[in-house]
Amino acid sequence: MNVLSKVIALGVLSVMAACTNNDPSALGGGAGGNGSILPGSPSDPQSPAYFQQTVGDRLLFEVDQSTLTGQAQTILQGQADWLLANTDFVATIEGHADEQGTREYNLALGARRANAAREYLISRGVAGNRLTTVSFGKERPIEICSTEECYSKNRRAVTVLTGSTLG
Amino acid sequence: MMRFLTSLLLGLTVLAAPVYAQSGPLRLELDQGIIEPLPFAVPNFVPDGPAATQYANDLSRVVAADLTGTGLFREISSDAFISRVSSFEAPVQFADWKAINAEALVTGAVNVSGKRLTVRFRVWDVFSGQELGNGLQFSGTTDGWRRMAHKVADQVYTRVTGESGYFDSRVAFVSESGPKNQRLKRLAIMDYDGANVQYLTDSAAIVLAPRFSPSGDRLLYTSYETGQPRIYVLDVDRVKRTELKTQDGTMSFSPRFSPDGRSIVYSLIQGGNTDLWKMDLASGQSVRLTNTPAIETAPSYSPDGSQIVFESDRSGTPQLYIMPANGGEATRISFKQGRYGTPVWSSRGDLIAFTKQNKGRFHIGVMRTDGSEERLLTSSFLDEGPTWSPNGRVIMFTRESQGASGRATLYSVDISGRNLRPVRTPDGGSDPSWGPLQK
Repeated sequence: MNVLSKVIALGVLSVMAACTNNDPSALGGGAGGNGSILPGSPSDPQSPAYFQQTVGDRLLFEVDQSTLTGQAQTILQGQADWLLANTDFVATIEGHADEQGTREYNLALGARRANAAREYLISRGVAGNRLTTVSFGKERPIEICSTEECYSKNRRAVTVLTGSTLG
Repeated sequence: MMRFLTSLLLGLTVLAAPVYAQSGPLRLELDQGIIEPLPFAVPNFVPDGPAATQYANDLSRVVAADLTGTGLFREISSDAFISRVSSFEAPVQFADWKAINAEALVTGAVNVSGKRLTVRFRVWDVFSGQELGNGLQFSGTTDGWRRMAHKVADQVYTRVTGESGYFDSRVAFVSESGPKNQRLKRLAIMDYDGANVQYLTDSAAIVLAPRFSPSGDRLLYTSYETGQPRIYVLDVDRVKRTELKTQDGTMSFSPRFSPDGRSIVYSLIQGGNTDLWKMDLASGQSVRLTNTPAIETAPSYSPDGSQIVFESDRSGTPQLYIMPANGGEATRISFKQGRYGTPVWSSRGDLIAFTKQNKGRFHIGVMRTDGSEERLLTSSFLDEGPTWSPNGRVIMFTRESQGASGRATLYSVDISGRNLRPVRTPDGGSDPSWGPLQK
């Protein structure tokens, strides 16, 4: 929770602050947090909380795939609409993999997933310079059981609002 | 550490050998499939004074543990001893050692003078009553007593098997603590047997996969300290790290040194696509080695530096390929069922170790460099990331256990598939890199 509130504070204050924070999970608002404290009110359509909860900040992938499912495209369309309406915000898209695979392959796979989400957002009009990507491979699962139920939630791309262009 | 190394090097002395008639010495042939471990005895080394007693006992125990740990030797308990060795110079009572079936005997003596420790030892072929090789003496500081024990054990191993040992070596790894969704990772280095763990980074940023330089003086590793995975090189003695500048705005990972230590090969991610690149360390210049829309990662050089084995999913699933060290056409070498990754070329040049995933299980395996004679050495929920012992006889790897309480542990296994055993570390451990034999 501490981590999440840090991300929130940074989001309001500065574009780049998150990058100087060495706590790995500070970058992984999607990777570690489960969101009991959220920036702004979920009922405020311009708030990051609304983006995270109502629009949906994450999309899931099939095993080994970086292809966007229909559901993923719907979520991304919502993210694009929100980002186009809230031009103050920039975002980092985190790519993640489940634990079934080597560390190296999963890092590369996470990058593919993050990039697939980024490309889709760009195709819907979001400026590329507002969207960075990072892969965590299998380093930051959100679910820790070793069954498909958990794996399916770990194979994800999470769009984390990392700051405001207004500074 | 450097001072100790120097004194150790200077302190090597060959002792005058007793003269015996020669006839067929004791020899363990490693390629003939050792089923029955060779029984040996290491009576506690003889201290030459009270200050040396503890060192003499501890040192002999480490020598015995090194040999036993190979799975090739079996120690005979001191409870069974008939002879007591109370003098290093006195003639060995071979009949007493034969009677308890000790085929090899290691005798030694330890002298401590201030901070200086000297160990003398001899290796005996009990059944022929001959000395194997010459007696030797190592000197160093008392702090370095474990290294001297490993050096003695390496000598015993070499004399009995005819191959170089691996005990006086270090392993770099990632020390892990905390649950899977909040793992804290620190770069660490230790003796091959898990002793003398030293931490090289804190756990503020995720660190991955250290890789030793050929001489053991540097480590390459990947860290998220900027927020993105990037490659760093760390001077091991000074614990000083430098970021390697790859390309702006990119992620880089999976680095490995060339055999001459002057360049590295690594994975670079651009636009979501992972390719292999090579960097000359002196100039910092990188050149591209692969250019495909597939994932290319986990590169490892052949010992002569002419080829690179790596992992690619260009066929649809991750498989192993070999290409010339400057890039060019790659040849697929893995063809059995399953997914292959993290290939590592043995320093002997004859085998490639790899991770294999098949039917929901993970394996560490070895194959010849043309992909033939594949053998799987392990099987578990998740085994990955093999690294070779300096002599190419043992592989260390990461085993992660299943479920919410899952933990990463280092394991080692003989290339015969025997002698699977955990390597004890204070916390969890992953991503081992086995360094060279120390000088």
